[in-house]
Amino acid sequence: MTAPMQFYLPIAEVSVNAFLLFGLGGIVGVLSGLFGVGGGFLITPLLFFIGIPPTVAVATGANQVVASSISGVLVHLKRKTVDIRMGTVLMLGGLAGSTAGIWLFNLLSRLGQIDLTVQLSYVVFLGIVGTMMLQESLRSMSRARRAQPVKRSQHMWVHRLPLKVKFRTSGLYISIIPPLLVGFFVGILAAVMGVGGGFIMVPAMIYLLNMPTKVVIGTSLYQIIFVTAFTTFMHALTNQSVDLMLALMLILGGVIGAQIGAQLAMRLKAEQLRVLLALLVLSVCLKLSWDLVATPDELFSIAARSGG
Amino acid sequence: MKAFLVPLAALAMMILTGAPLCAQEDVVAGLSQDRIDITADFDGSDILIYGAVKRETPLPDGPLDVIITVEGPSEPENVRRKSRVVGVWLNTDVVTIDLAPSFYAVATTGPFTEIVSDTEDLRYSISIPRAIRSVGAPQTVENSQEFTDALIRLRTQRGLYALNEGGIRLTEQTLFRTDIDLPANLVEGNYTTRIFLLRDRRVVSLYEKTIFVRKVGLERWLFRLAHQQPAVYGILALVIAAVAGWTASAVFRLIRR
Repeated sequence: MTAPMQFYLPIAEVSVNAFLLFGLGGIVGVLSGLFGVGGGFLITPLLFFIGIPPTVAVATGANQVVASSISGVLVHLKRKTVDIRMGTVLMLGGLAGSTAGIWLFNLLSRLGQIDLTVQLSYVVFLGIVGTMMLQESLRSMSRARRAQPVKRSQHMWVHRLPLKVKFRTSGLYISIIPPLLVGFFVGILAAVMGVGGGFIMVPAMIYLLNMPTKVVIGTSLYQIIFVTAFTTFMHALTNQSVDLMLALMLILGGVIGAQIGAQLAMRLKAEQLRVLLALLVLSVCLKLSWDLVATPDELFSIAARSGG
Repeated sequence: MKAFLVPLAALAMMILTGAPLCAQEDVVAGLSQDRIDITADFDGSDILIYGAVKRETPLPDGPLDVIITVEGPSEPENVRRKSRVVGVWLNTDVVTIDLAPSFYAVATTGPFTEIVSDTEDLRYSISIPRAIRSVGAPQTVENSQEFTDALIRLRTQRGLYALNEGGIRLTEQTLFRTDIDLPANLVEGNYTTRIFLLRDRRVVSLYEKTIFVRKVGLERWLFRLAHQQPAVYGILALVIAAVAGWTASAVFRLIRR
């Protein structure tokens, strides 16, 4: 075997450098371990950049998120920081959302607008989340200096909805409608963008559902496993677009990177890390928006052939 | 009227019986490989095509030219064009090319237009634009030729279409050889190799041979599983993800101890 190890991906039908993929998975893994995010939102656009067809990138990205979420949730299960009941409710919403998302994805692929949709979704969500994170972490940095306790806001309308259920781990007694809707929405994102949706789910759980911060990450990871697993399976079934070889490389790099990132996170200050993540999210967002408005070098493209 | 019909009939006869091809010159050719295996570390390949011209009669007058084409499996393709809508570039127009080869390489002994006539090119679909079959674009799209040009341009950039004028070495009007580069992003299928002998810009002999491009081993197994039993494949993908995720955290727990 020659030194720059090329790997032929059987489903994507392109040849890529194994170390590049491994490194990509690794870097994203380090980030996900460092910041406690899935990393899918970085993997998918990076795969576009190295020439993986969008349909394959999204489906394989979802598969990679399954592995990294399982790796992450085990720690939380041991610490008992997973609200299984809440996770299950979110998951049910997520499965419905994913089904809708897959349908939407296939429809947009046929219309030739899937790349645009994926890019636009990234711009919108990364923009919102990045700005929110930046604000929040800057605020909490100054708050930490003044040593004031963080108060959880109360949304009264959430408590007036019917179908209330007790969520003991979270210490909540709320209607299942908001978590179902949050799950549904994140499920659509999982299918269309190939992400776990943790970056939407976590703020939604904290600010909308008022869940205690310590169970948020574990519960989010728990439900992400099922939703992304379902998404992966559906993409494999309807588009045959999951590339196992690609997934395997990303997973290998990703799980190792995640562990390194988790170790690093213990030595660095959390608040500063949040600012860094926010800046990272915003810069990916800016790059993608630039790509949308800048005049492309090539106006033409050959559409990906559907289903072999 | 009759005077007009006679040459026409003669032409028809010629086409039917393949008169220009039953020439005194024939191709005896070989390929360095007639099977390309796409393995996990497949990084493109090149095939050497070589051969000789067999003659029963003395060498005819005039120069002999050779054109070699290698053609991958053809499929209909959608070519899309972006345009700016409210400041954002998005795909607005689409033209379906009826059949375009996934790979097409042409090598010649000289400048293409000088060694083969347009009629012969049309008849045998030798040049790249002729190898692409496009009936026409929908009425709503202007300049549909641009889409075909774009397809050729994009595929040329990716090394999938190539015209190598002067890429064949011809010795003593008898021995010829050329190398055809097959890129890494090759599609599975049967690739047709055609060797044309030309005199006076006309095809005097045609030789065809098939190269089989196949995924082998794990690659083939995965590809077939994904397409024939997608449910099993999907479950396999999930099992691998689960095992990898679990193993990773277990291994690192051990290391930390």
